[in-house]
Amino acid sequence: MNEHAQKATVFLRDEARSAWHDNAVWWVRQKRDRAQHSVPEWEELRSLAQRIKAHALSRLADYLEEFERNARALGAHVHWARNADEHNRIVHGILRDHGVQRLVKSKSMLTEECHLNPYLIERGIEVVDTDLGERIVQLLREPPSHIVMPAIHLKKEDIGELFHVQLGTPKGVSDPKALTEAARHHLRSKFLAAQAGLTGVNFAIAETGGLVVCTNEGNADLGVALPPLHIACMGVEKIVPRQQDLGVFLRLLARSATGQSITTYSAHFHGPRPGGELHIVIVDHGRSKLLARSEFRRSLSCIRCGACLNTCPVYRRSGGHSYGVTVPGPIGSVLAPSIDAEKHAALPFASSLCGSCTDVCPVRIDLHHQLLAWRGEIAAQGLLPPDKSIGARVGRIVLSHTWLYRMAGSLARFALRVLPRGILYSRLNAWGLSRELPVPPAKSFRAQWRARGKP
Amino acid sequence: MGSREDILRAIREASPPPAPLPDLNGRRGQKSGDLAAQFTLSVEEVGGRCVRTDEASLPEELRALAQSLEAKIIGSIVPQLPGIDLSAHVIPHTLAGVDLAVLPGELAVAENGAVWITEAGLKHRALFVLAQHLALVVPVSRLVNDMHEAYEKVRLPRPGYGCFVSGPSKTADIEQSLVIGAHGARSCTVFLVE
Repeated sequence: MNEHAQKATVFLRDEARSAWHDNAVWWVRQKRDRAQHSVPEWEELRSLAQRIKAHALSRLADYLEEFERNARALGAHVHWARNADEHNRIVHGILRDHGVQRLVKSKSMLTEECHLNPYLIERGIEVVDTDLGERIVQLLREPPSHIVMPAIHLKKEDIGELFHVQLGTPKGVSDPKALTEAARHHLRSKFLAAQAGLTGVNFAIAETGGLVVCTNEGNADLGVALPPLHIACMGVEKIVPRQQDLGVFLRLLARSATGQSITTYSAHFHGPRPGGELHIVIVDHGRSKLLARSEFRRSLSCIRCGACLNTCPVYRRSGGHSYGVTVPGPIGSVLAPSIDAEKHAALPFASSLCGSCTDVCPVRIDLHHQLLAWRGEIAAQGLLPPDKSIGARVGRIVLSHTWLYRMAGSLARFALRVLPRGILYSRLNAWGLSRELPVPPAKSFRAQWRARGKP
Repeated sequence: MGSREDILRAIREASPPPAPLPDLNGRRGQKSGDLAAQFTLSVEEVGGRCVRTDEASLPEELRALAQSLEAKIIGSIVPQLPGIDLSAHVIPHTLAGVDLAVLPGELAVAENGAVWITEAGLKHRALFVLAQHLALVVPVSRLVNDMHEAYEKVRLPRPGYGCFVSGPSKTADIEQSLVIGAHGARSCTVFLVE
């Protein structure tokens, strides 16, 4: 069994809890649907978003240069990092040069991807994630299980217990309102003590050199409004050409993510605060490699709304941690193999290929086609586990010879009738682990068809 | 500069064939008949409150809000409700005790209840997220239909900071239950002024 399937099996052992997770995530998908239906021009917006992103990717280097020029003119420092390691070194260098020991962060999937937190903590810097969900998983020493709702896998009782131990809330308190209030007080002291604030970037505007950061809690705004140093980390693909492109993306983003018409705070940063510094770190980390691949490059259009996770039957029933990557779900299963195909060879198979991810994607990424294409790629690279590669080879031989196919059919009907359960439901039969095999029909379809006098 | 050149070269070599950039000029979402009514509805949907008023009644309305919130320390750059001397605060941290922040909004978006605010006239932009409660004052003439129109009309301060604020600070990170008052304002009242 592959790693994803193994972890999913563990997740599914607690039936009540996994059913609860499924429902909790599906509820967010339903909120998204209601928000979509309130916008009659929704499909047109998706097409526009897709085309703007496709254009931006086709001239990405030009736009990055334009962005850099404009950001510098506004007084920002711009850094470039080829990979995660260089990104971490740059961020640490900036913090070290400014004597920073206490950093507050708002949500950034890029820094998760680069494992920035452990890198900085090892070097003696206190790193506090300030998004409530992220703070919860940070205190638990777990990675986020969802890109928009990092603690979606936890129940309020888990968080109540965590806060009791870590923040001193009374034992047994699990009311979300009370827990959020406790976190507000705890994190306020961290905000006020911070010497630097780090944010991700939702959109970087080439024509203005500005950054847009969207949150509901206000933690990005607060985190960089108190200390004088703001570090913003962005992947190269975050570029949009013009200010007016934001009209399209901001109408799609929150509706797709949580069903809100817009996030509470959509902050626009142009240059540093008066008397402060803004450092923008632009990161490649595999993105240019992905851009070179025509069949997969559309995944770079992703705006990280999480809609494909919420709709995915595999994500909902296996939980975000089963993927073992920062970005789980359909989009993560497309992105991860591009960084390391061998390590993440199982992920493109963590899909029923139902296509629901493609249907909800606000930028029209053809996710289920890409998942299928990755399966082919993984087979071509010889990375399939034996059960899949042998199965596929046998299948190809059987399906390409009519006589063999017919013989296999009658053999199977015979075997299903006569073989004992112990053999039929052996470990080799993955299907039978939790399901019953079908009752075999007496005759093949072909025979029944002929009996009806059809050609 | 090695990394910069490497990355840009790799991206240039990987560039897909040209794809045209769509024209967004004059684009609008579905039109609302009554912008003020739609805006009021949208603000309520995002957990805020919208008060329709006029120039003459605004000071009284603002005082009433401050009173109902029992706000003792007010940080305001709206002349109709004067507050503490903000210029006396050298660093933003000392504003942590502000109960109510009152700011002018430059635009109000009917489709989502968002109000565009900037740091113009505001010494510390932290004020509006640090304050326990937030009041925004927008002339009704500055209502726009949707985000397309908003971005057409908004002047992004360069350099500077601007933010679309839609309702009070909120989170649903614990079991998806919506809690108002995460890090920023616990309430958001928008005064739409005739």
